[in-house]
Amino acid sequence: MKTGIAGRISSGTLYVFLGILAFLSVMPFYITMINATHTDVSIVSNLNLLPGNNLQRNFQHVSRSMNILRGFANSLTVSIPSVVLSLYFGAMTAYGFAKYRFRYSNALFFFVIMTLMVPMQLGLVGYFLLHSRLGLLDTYIPLILPWIAHPPTVFFMKMYIDSAIPDELIEAGRIDGSTEFGTFNRLILPLLTPALATLAIFNFVGSWNNFIMPLTILFSRDRFTLPLLVAMLRGVYADNYGAIYLGVAMSILPIIVVYAFVSRRIIGGLIVGAVKG
Amino acid sequence: MAKQIQKVPPKHTTISYARYGIYFVLPYFVVFGVFQLFPIIYTFYLTFFSWDGFNDMIFVGLGNYRRLLADRVFFTAVRNTFRIWILAAIPQIGLALFLGAVFTFRRMKGSNLFQAIFYLPNLITATSIAILFGLLLDWQAGAINQVLLRVGALEQPVNWLRSAFWTSGAVSLIQWWQWFGYTTLLVMAGMKAIPGELYESARIDGAGSGSMFFRITLPLLKNTLTYVVVTAIIGGLQIFDVPNVLTGGLGDPNRSILTMVMHVWNMSFRFTNYGYGATVAYGLFIIILTFSIVAFRQLQRRDS
Repeated sequence: MKTGIAGRISSGTLYVFLGILAFLSVMPFYITMINATHTDVSIVSNLNLLPGNNLQRNFQHVSRSMNILRGFANSLTVSIPSVVLSLYFGAMTAYGFAKYRFRYSNALFFFVIMTLMVPMQLGLVGYFLLHSRLGLLDTYIPLILPWIAHPPTVFFMKMYIDSAIPDELIEAGRIDGSTEFGTFNRLILPLLTPALATLAIFNFVGSWNNFIMPLTILFSRDRFTLPLLVAMLRGVYADNYGAIYLGVAMSILPIIVVYAFVSRRIIGGLIVGAVKG
Repeated sequence: MAKQIQKVPPKHTTISYARYGIYFVLPYFVVFGVFQLFPIIYTFYLTFFSWDGFNDMIFVGLGNYRRLLADRVFFTAVRNTFRIWILAAIPQIGLALFLGAVFTFRRMKGSNLFQAIFYLPNLITATSIAILFGLLLDWQAGAINQVLLRVGALEQPVNWLRSAFWTSGAVSLIQWWQWFGYTTLLVMAGMKAIPGELYESARIDGAGSGSMFFRITLPLLKNTLTYVVVTAIIGGLQIFDVPNVLTGGLGDPNRSILTMVMHVWNMSFRFTNYGYGATVAYGLFIIILTFSIVAFRQLQRRDS
């Protein structure tokens, strides 16, 4: 079917245009990977398009005043529990809204949806001072625990439960003598795996990429997450371009590798979310 | 088992199970209350005080709000944020409409691959992207100057990040680059939901392809577009990571890319003026809320 503006352009022209956009989308990452293997002199004097042989020295250089691998481990320490909590409690909350009618349940669900519209930064000062009072500054708790209440996860999971979990299943669980909580854990949760897998990716990316929260909460460099360390690269290494490129490359390569395997699931999840939202 | 069914008659169950719903949603609301709602309310309370976190809190009434209305830096930040946002959002949504139509209505080979590639920049950590573009725009080592010099578009290397114009443009460009793929996917999802028969009957009535786009596709995309524009406003006006990292938090040159959230952060944590920082945060919230509502109303009533 050919309609609209898009219908009148020849396929060849379109492919050239899409090709240029694809080139723009990946070129910065390609240059990063390539320059991570070059010397500073080579980076300043040439436009490098092929790998060099300075990778090891750049790595030694980066490691001298910054522990990128430690940042990696720190980011994982924050992101993995965040994802687990967001999925488990998000699914539990969505299940409560989807399968039980209690007082104000509709109003409370509407409230959850409304909070999607409130900017995170609004309560930032209070959030910082709360953790200051609780003695939790410079710990990972303020970066992990709030994920228990993640509105988009609840929203998405409720849509999924509404369409995928019949009420009869819960009745069957009751007849078998399962407790309500046991039914959720043993019967329902495994059935939510497809939606949980998609949300796991999105929430992981969200937590992994977060900058303003760790910037506000963390002070010790050995506790910094990866984005905080990366943000310091320019200040620490000034004109050591090879080292900076390598630091950036180390922070983005894992995301690109994972994306290469799960891109269909990510894009599929995004489209399903958009249609239902 | 029969015993159990006798014990709990069905009528009774429907009523008594309701409380389990409350148990299931309770942890969410407890955490929400402590970590989100309380900070938001406490932040509002702080807008009436002057406080550096060490000395006593001083009640200043509406003093912080008066200061906000006279704060030139705040209004500079508002202007900067809107300029950066408009120059990123309009090309982003325009291109997404075009690409969405291409991917939906033309069966092109490799369109899945193109979609995956266009979405990639959206997943990459914004701080890494800011550092990366800082390097690409570097006047002596940057690939952008190297390419432009090589093809003869420039005679001298340009120090992009010393210029307010180019730095602001670069931030818009980065935002556009990071988000056009995501927006395309949303627009595509909306276009795929439009029933094909509408186009068939329009074709029988002799409608051209241009009029079909404007009479069928755009009006039926109303909800998708509303969602895209409103979320772009809420997210885009909170821009922080890229300009903050690109300029070391100050928004220089000449505060030309100091954004509203950067101003909130600087006032609260760089200058530890919690009361005023909180007030700037509420100013930002009111601006975002107003523009979201205006955009929502405009978009929803457009074709009625």
